[in-house]
Amino acid sequence: MLEVLLDATVRAGTPILFATLGAILNERAGIINLGIEGLMLIGALSGFAATFSTGSLLIGVGAAFAAAFLCGSIHALICVQLRGNQIVSGLALTLFGIGITALFGRGMVGQTIDGFERHAIPLLSQLPLVGKPFFEQDGLIYFSFVLVALIWGFLYVTRWGLNLRTIGENPAAADACGIAVNAYRFMAVACGSGIVGIGGAYLSLAFTPMWIENMSAGRGWIAVALVIFAGWSSVRALFGAYLFGGVTAMQLRFQAMGTTVSVHILQMLPYIFTIVVLIISTLRLQQGASQQPGNLGLPYDREDRK
Amino acid sequence: MIPHLRIEKRPVGRPLFGALAISASVLSALFVAGFLLLAAGVDPAAAYLEIFNEALGSTYGLSETLVKTTPLIITGLAVSLAFRMQIWNIGAEGQLYLGACGATWVALFSGLNAPLMLPAMFLAAFIAGGFWAAVAGALRARWQVNEVIVTLLMNYIAILLADFLVYGPWKNPDGFNFPLTAQFGAAARLSEYFNTRLHSGFFLALACALLFYLLMERTIWGFQVKAIGSNSAAARYAGMKTGTAIFLVLTLSGAIAGIAGFSEVAGLQHRLQHGLSPGYGYTAIIIAWLARRSALGVVIVAFLMAVLLVGGDSLQLSWQLPVAFAYAFQGLILFFLLASDFFINYRLRRVTGGDHA
Repeated sequence: MLEVLLDATVRAGTPILFATLGAILNERAGIINLGIEGLMLIGALSGFAATFSTGSLLIGVGAAFAAAFLCGSIHALICVQLRGNQIVSGLALTLFGIGITALFGRGMVGQTIDGFERHAIPLLSQLPLVGKPFFEQDGLIYFSFVLVALIWGFLYVTRWGLNLRTIGENPAAADACGIAVNAYRFMAVACGSGIVGIGGAYLSLAFTPMWIENMSAGRGWIAVALVIFAGWSSVRALFGAYLFGGVTAMQLRFQAMGTTVSVHILQMLPYIFTIVVLIISTLRLQQGASQQPGNLGLPYDREDRK
Repeated sequence: MIPHLRIEKRPVGRPLFGALAISASVLSALFVAGFLLLAAGVDPAAAYLEIFNEALGSTYGLSETLVKTTPLIITGLAVSLAFRMQIWNIGAEGQLYLGACGATWVALFSGLNAPLMLPAMFLAAFIAGGFWAAVAGALRARWQVNEVIVTLLMNYIAILLADFLVYGPWKNPDGFNFPLTAQFGAAARLSEYFNTRLHSGFFLALACALLFYLLMERTIWGFQVKAIGSNSAAARYAGMKTGTAIFLVLTLSGAIAGIAGFSEVAGLQHRLQHGLSPGYGYTAIIIAWLARRSALGVVIVAFLMAVLLVGGDSLQLSWQLPVAFAYAFQGLILFFLLASDFFINYRLRRVTGGDHA
């Protein structure tokens, strides 16, 4: 029973995990991206369409990354090079993503593909309790584990990561050190968006292997809130995403058990839970545990240096 | 010396360019959307002509456009009010739903009669919408919790709440199990005109726009809101209570969006049902941004967006285009508008190499 619930938790949490990791890369560079919801849809549709026409799941994931990378570049161009309002640009990206996937997804509705299959990792999957939920999963879930470590390593071990964190904290100082602020910011937003796209592809290639209009259903927004909960750290994002996966899994479990509580009330739970978690993490931030990049949301203009 | 381009701030912005930039953005968005339509197998010229004809080419079309303009004006004003203070109310959609629930509750269960019924429904919608936004307002004012995320997530909760009501306790027992409430009585309906669906909610929306203008431009409170929006530290130093003002502005913003819910159920649907709004509250954000927060601008842009929505509905029938395609178009307009802002505030100048002053 507990094992089944944990398994559902990991599967429901993985799309949110990818989205949160992508959003963290954006915000570490100092750019808020409210287009996550739209990017997930773009990833979900392009991943599904590519797999549907080629039969290869790998090409599907690649297409999801590439399409979200391209659409994220619009946000990057507007926020970085053109110094536009990041909140409006992000919302525009979400609207664009919802609309364009509805348009091009028409032909994909009702089509089926063979989604990702589970592969047990020898030895590890034999572990009691955690073995099956974590190590008898599909390839994308294993990739999400690797990505958490990679992003942590990138941010805290490499010089590029240090430069990126400096830019998010104080772009003028980074500029003075000779770091190419705009190039870093652009790449962080575009690559982060691509990772969000993989989260969308997880929905349409593994979680429910089909395309449904607007299938991300608010997961992108939950990811935006989770970034704050995770304190801009990829490792904490893992726990955050599974926490939400857990709430979703419990809610689905209740539905399956046939409780008398309305489905609609149960479906509210993840959103209510997100707001509560957002409040708690905001309070924690104010008590000095802040990891928030100092220049989050502000455009950088060399002429405005003080 | 190699000549190259340098980005320079314009000494003064060019406000006159504003209207031009909006027109250019809409045209560019139409152009790019044309390619998207072409890629989806739709002839863009025919589609645009159809939008124009359907929405403006007949009395009926025009009345339908005004019907859709109504909630867009009201929610657009709601979002603009918060924008004035640099507060983001992304939750007009949910507040509209809450307003509709409040008005429906009074219409179905209060047992009031003709002269009192509509004012009571209006008040219930106003309070319900205001309450929904007040949650985000209190969290933002008290603990600096990000109002963008809270108002947005509460949209999902509000829509689920309305669904819960129409699928559950409020479902019409004689409605063949469809997710809708019983029809309102005559006392709970706004008057309709010219044998169309145009209802007095439209004039209510125009009245809201006038009130919004007076509140913002002619009262001290409106001045304070704008002052806090342009420089909150200076406003605090001048003795203005920014926290209280944030709470009040978000609450009032939600209450206004609630009025849109009242107008939709009392004037148009005459019942609460699943899928009440096709995303008016999200379009409202675009309207507020395009209108540069002016009341007259909101009315004009709301009308333009309604043309698109009515035309989009007809494209759905004739070309099987999804209604959500209108969102892609709105997103494109915003992208172009943001890009054009850059060229209003900056200029590119050719300079000779080495000149890095």
